[in-house]
Amino acid sequence: MLPLELDQLTFSAGNAAIIRGISARIEAGPRTVILGPNGAGKSVLMRLCHGLLTPTSGRVVWHGSKNGDVRRHQAMVFQRPVMLRRSALANVVYGLKLAGKSRSQSELRAMDVLEVVGLAQHAARPARVLSGGEQQRLALARAWALGPDVLFLDEPTANLDPASTQDIESIINAIHASGTKIIMTTHNLGQARRLGDEILFISNGRLVEHTPIDRFFKQPASAEAATFIKDEMP
Amino acid sequence: MNSLGEAFAAAWKLIAGFDAELAQVVGLSLQVSLSAVVIATLIGLPLGAMIAVERFPGRQTLIVLLNALMGLPPVVVGLVVYLLLSRAGPLGSLGILFTPTAMVIAQAVLITPIIAALSRQIIEDAWREYDEQLRSLGAQRLNAAMTLIWDTRFSLLTIVLAGFGRAAAEVGAVMIVGGNIDGVTRVMTTAIALETSKGDLPLALGLGIVLVTLVIVLNALAAIIREMALRRYG
Repeated sequence: MLPLELDQLTFSAGNAAIIRGISARIEAGPRTVILGPNGAGKSVLMRLCHGLLTPTSGRVVWHGSKNGDVRRHQAMVFQRPVMLRRSALANVVYGLKLAGKSRSQSELRAMDVLEVVGLAQHAARPARVLSGGEQQRLALARAWALGPDVLFLDEPTANLDPASTQDIESIINAIHASGTKIIMTTHNLGQARRLGDEILFISNGRLVEHTPIDRFFKQPASAEAATFIKDEMP
Repeated sequence: MNSLGEAFAAAWKLIAGFDAELAQVVGLSLQVSLSAVVIATLIGLPLGAMIAVERFPGRQTLIVLLNALMGLPPVVVGLVVYLLLSRAGPLGSLGILFTPTAMVIAQAVLITPIIAALSRQIIEDAWREYDEQLRSLGAQRLNAAMTLIWDTRFSLLTIVLAGFGRAAAEVGAVMIVGGNIDGVTRVMTTAIALETSKGDLPLALGLGIVLVTLVIVLNALAAIIREMALRRYG
């Protein structure tokens, strides 16, 4: 799949330009954090990469793909988990069956990932009655079960309390350790520091910086990034 | 038989004693309206789901039309179905005018738009919530539509019950295409109309009580199902 190349990517909704000519090359390996203020275009950029939105102009190229189904090798976790009205287990099985796995295969795999995210004891419970943090862990399990090469995460902890956030972050690290490329958005600098290896800093629809995490926080190259870092609240 | 109280007392005796004529009329009513609601659901539900998830030219017009058809006057439906089924009409050779079959057709025509329009609304609302998640998991349109129908099944069941209530309580259409023939096409509503004009208030009132009870039971059932589903599946 990787590297992922964005070539002069633009996206407009009506007359409003949301992404303005972003070019970047995202390599396999490091955890990539797309950072920026609210409204910068982070979520839209991620949806363009994942193929949920079609760019107004420019291209999203997966260099490593063997002309196959690129969608099948990526998964996405959304800010607000969308759970189907069925059991936690069935939610994971649903994704696996769409990916062409048999029922028995799917159930085995689903139980495995539920175990890993700590939801095995809730497997039979309806997904929608789980807490917000549990639902987000379930969403991660559903994505992880597919064994994606790339996992997109859109502000995965924006609605969660600190304890749940910690759970989610350690699961993200486990997924990274299993060899899946992590690409996530956040507006939270602490999270960027904890989870990021490299930063794509987006401001007003433009890619302002694409640097390793250390350099970004020590000596930001742009005024926008410097301001964004300086304005961080304790 | 002038006072209301006497009429009520006589009506109650008919109901409590399982009066043969009353039972026959109630039975036919249920049979016709249940058949109509089954047919209307088989047509209206897939139609509503299709309009909810597909994008095609004229879609908005179709939705407006469908919503307008919810208020279709039963007598007009009766008249049109009558014209189609009458000896000189295009379907006259079937010879089904003034039979329960004709009544089923008329009621199905009456409530199909109701079921289609309301299920379109419910499924489209769910689609808005699920759209990105289902596409991310790789669901194709048909697959997504089935998922949405399954996930909104309790709300959809409420619609079906509402359709049944509307069919059972309707008088104009069945009167015209059924002819209110004693023992053949006489249903609760047409019997009430006739008996009232004949002055046989106990039978009319007895049927009226059964009809109103039926409508209340249906609505209670719908409420209970929704409540249960909400508690069970969130």
